[in-house]
Amino acid sequence: MNDSKNELTPSKPPFWNNPKYRALVFQVVLISIVAYFLFSVIQNTLGNMEARGISTGFAFLSETSGFDILQKLIPYSSESTYGDTFVVGLLNTLLISALGIVFATILGFIVGIARLSNNWLIAKIALVYIEIFRNIPLLIQMLFWYLVVLRAMPSARDSFSLFDSFFLNVRGLYLPAPVLGDGFLYTSIALIIALVAVFVLKRWAKHRQEKTGKAFPTVWVSLGLLILFPLFVFLMSGAPLSWEIPELKGFNFQGGITLIPELFALLLAISIYTATFIAEIVRSGIEAVNHGQTEAALSVGLNRSQTLRLVVIPQAMRVIIPPMTSQYLNLAKNSSLATAIGYPDIVSVFMGTTLNQTGQAVEIIAMTMAVYLVLSLTISLFMNWYNAKMSLVER
Amino acid sequence: MNQTNKNTEQPYAIEMINLNKWYGDFHVLKDINLKVKHGERIVICGPSGSGKSTVIRCINHLEEHQQGQIMVNGKEITGDIKQLEQLRTDVGMCFQHFNLFPHLSILDNLTLAPIWVRKIPKAEAEATAMKYLKRVKIPDQANKYPGQLSGGQQQRVAIARSLCMNPKIMLFDEPTSALDPEMISEVLDVMIELANEGGMTMVCVTHEMGFAKQVADRVIFMDAGQIIEENTPTEFFDNPQSERTQLFLSQIIAH
Repeated sequence: MNDSKNELTPSKPPFWNNPKYRALVFQVVLISIVAYFLFSVIQNTLGNMEARGISTGFAFLSETSGFDILQKLIPYSSESTYGDTFVVGLLNTLLISALGIVFATILGFIVGIARLSNNWLIAKIALVYIEIFRNIPLLIQMLFWYLVVLRAMPSARDSFSLFDSFFLNVRGLYLPAPVLGDGFLYTSIALIIALVAVFVLKRWAKHRQEKTGKAFPTVWVSLGLLILFPLFVFLMSGAPLSWEIPELKGFNFQGGITLIPELFALLLAISIYTATFIAEIVRSGIEAVNHGQTEAALSVGLNRSQTLRLVVIPQAMRVIIPPMTSQYLNLAKNSSLATAIGYPDIVSVFMGTTLNQTGQAVEIIAMTMAVYLVLSLTISLFMNWYNAKMSLVER
Repeated sequence: MNQTNKNTEQPYAIEMINLNKWYGDFHVLKDINLKVKHGERIVICGPSGSGKSTVIRCINHLEEHQQGQIMVNGKEITGDIKQLEQLRTDVGMCFQHFNLFPHLSILDNLTLAPIWVRKIPKAEAEATAMKYLKRVKIPDQANKYPGQLSGGQQQRVAIARSLCMNPKIMLFDEPTSALDPEMISEVLDVMIELANEGGMTMVCVTHEMGFAKQVADRVIFMDAGQIIEENTPTEFFDNPQSERTQLFLSQIIAH
């Protein structure tokens, strides 16, 4: 650009007035103060704990716990270690968070769209639902579902039963458990093959639709493939599956799968509560999309549901996703209230029982905090990625 | 196909009989009677709030009328859902603010309705879309997004989007009002070209008097929800009958 050799460089201010150096100095000073503070806190804690004879470290994780847990996704008994307790609690927390997010999202979207319905009754029902459930504290809702609704179930002896194999009573829902025989592996393989076939079929059908415009009944063919093929293999290999039916022995049912009432109460409370917020987010997201978009979509001939699905919701998503992320994070963290109704989540079995038995508060609370931190950050990262994917291309 | 033949036997593409519409207590359209022949090009003008946009929005039922009848290609518009789909594929519309779908590329904007409503194969829909993009002179923007285009380009895309459905009638709702002055002519050129090809019935709400003089078969002047005057462009501009029209024209020309 400049053909003269002596290029001009901007003159620099003295370094004590240079914002770059100033910022650097402030940062170094701040980091030093924080580091010193952390160091002294840790030093102090370790010193105090040693003086009082409190053991430190993570050796307790391999000690035997001595207590059983009501709901476990991995084998666990009173012989298991505290490390296992941690894993069981963690899985239970993940389970309720995942189920809660799925149900709250589905319910929230339905109610949010219902709130905008032209049908007066549907819109008002959605409004009343939202206003009731978002204004009652979550803990009270949990206790309501647990103590009022689910306690009304009959005792084990008077269980509701279906085909004498499904039982519902105050202690939970008892289902027959599948016991896999030797040849069941073939059925599993058949199922995997069917899944792959459906995947290939979907791609082929999409390709064909792009080429010829003919829609292929993918859903029905896929369903048939997924059900009939494994069923055929299952029957050919001699139906190697039996059911362990729960039986009433003494005061309670033994065998089968048990879904505990705490899970239902927690899931109901947390999904219904969070769904109200998601519904409002969905409603405001849809309302944020310019009405001209709906008019344009209708004017090219799309019907109401296509307009919503292809034009309005995709644009609403960019408004919906960030606050939705906050709601998912809230839900995951709110699941720690589970401890109030005795659902064996990580707070209840690890930060509660294990902490009481071992007394190692620093390690246990740090581990529990780390679990929620990692869980929340994972959700947050995923949602940020999704948000970036959905965002609009501007100039 | 039978329908098309039947429709062309009808003398009028659009027929409004004693049309009345209220927004709450506000009487926005008062006894509108308007007949538009097949292939006729109409310009509607008038001061803001005169109901001119409402009239054309009633034609593809974006607004519901409360009294009177509207016939499009000889069939009365009733709000019947199945009939609406047919109606809206026959009647294309361009808006003042373009209303392109910002989350879709230009090409996807054009192919969305052909694929989902007409069930046309994607490749074929894309070929048609490219044909119309060439006609509005922006085939090179096909893979961009609406936010990356200028206003004039966006409005031309919007015209192409409507043309992709092969409409028999095109409605334009102040297509140049939201544009910078230097972009107005590129949009008008496309519209003039479309009008000169013939065959398409066009109803255009606009204040572009040059456009009206050049292509319109008839100019309609509206005020306060009523049709005050209708005439050929030359008569309308050179010899306006009513006082209201004279005032309006003098105000437009003064600027």
